[in-house]
Amino acid sequence: MIDARGLSCPMPVVMVQKEVQKNAPQELTVRVDSMVCVENITRYAHLQGYEVQYTQDGGDFVLTLHK
Amino acid sequence: MTKKINPMVIATGVAVGLAALALTALGNPANMGFCIACFLRDIAGATRLHTAAAVQYVRPEIVGIVLGSTVMSLAGHEFRARAGSSPATRFILGAFVMIGALVFLGCPLRMVIRMGGGDLNAFVGLAGFFIGILIGIFFLKRGFSLKRSYEVAKSEGFVLPGAMAVLLLLVLTLPALFAFSEEGPGSKHAPALAAFGIALIVGALAQKSRLCMVGGMRDAVMFRDFNLLSGFAAIFATVLLGNIVLGWFNGFSTYLQPIAHASQLWNLLGMVLVGWGSVLLGGCPLRQLILAGEGNGDAAVTVLGMVVGAAFAHNFKLAGAAASLKDGVYAAGGVATTGKVAVLLGFAVLLVISLLNSTRKEAA
Repeated sequence: MIDARGLSCPMPVVMVQKEVQKNAPQELTVRVDSMVCVENITRYAHLQGYEVQYTQDGGDFVLTLHK
Repeated sequence: MTKKINPMVIATGVAVGLAALALTALGNPANMGFCIACFLRDIAGATRLHTAAAVQYVRPEIVGIVLGSTVMSLAGHEFRARAGSSPATRFILGAFVMIGALVFLGCPLRMVIRMGGGDLNAFVGLAGFFIGILIGIFFLKRGFSLKRSYEVAKSEGFVLPGAMAVLLLLVLTLPALFAFSEEGPGSKHAPALAAFGIALIVGALAQKSRLCMVGGMRDAVMFRDFNLLSGFAAIFATVLLGNIVLGWFNGFSTYLQPIAHASQLWNLLGMVLVGWGSVLLGGCPLRQLILAGEGNGDAAVTVLGMVVGAAFAHNFKLAGAAASLKDGVYAAGGVATTGKVAVLLGFAVLLVISLLNSTRKEAA
């Protein structure tokens, strides 16, 4: 689980990028707290060939990336 | 599903381009339909934070952009009061981004508008902007972060939108409080209500589309994501075509461009400072206004830093002087020694901030 809450652009995507490049996980969960981060991570994940789903959890969003 | 390029970003870019052309037609200075740096500088002058007589005016565009973002973010349930991500550092970064922009004579948005107006000096600025972004990316990859922001009282999120609303109210009801330029760029402006209305729409669209001048190049380089860059390109194309259609376009040249100088080294270095600082801040000056409108207290502090930077830029004669032609005598303009020293000092400050906030560990 990557916790990218409260981090400004583009840090959440950088954290996902580092994990993808380092470990190439089949599934990855990311917690963010803004819709902008959901959009940015989703665009990056699609470019890397991941499917993305997200759910809202209070004020947070939890994204699940999977191949 | 999120598409690779959001049509909303392109639509916003076109709207910003058209808005810039319309504001110029209505009275704003040439190639300055929008300029976040110049307009914040004009507000700093109007409130007498500096006394440069040519650049004093309460620009309703700034108020409109911030309030447009507030209205749209409230309507879309995206308004969130957040703060605490290195606010003092952001203040300093905002000030130096402003100084870099005023050495060049424009924020990244005006840089694109100048490019669309045929100003080749702005293409030199673009090269500097890109170099600055690359430097910023280098530090992002080294682990640069201004750390997390946190939920704060909702009232914190309304500080800048509230201040903007009060500013607009005061200028409409008690204009004698403010200083207004009688000549120079500050004296050239579109009718206040038209400027406010157009900016309100631009602010709302920019909030929805996340338009950001620095984000476009940054994401293209870092992630091969061209979404935001499409907005940048749309502004350029719209302004260029608009200038041609309106008969304002006189070809591409460096000579005697509106409110610009041809001191290319400092056009370049000024925008290196802007690009680097904006990457560290997470967005260009326009984006900082939008974020502040959404309730981001850190962005509000950044905007205040930009206003203070603008005051410094004119009180200490750091800003570039535009080339001019008076009575047949050409003055090349350019950047005074104080401005050059300020840019170099800015690099030193940004380097220290970049190094001190970089860590290879995950953000705590």
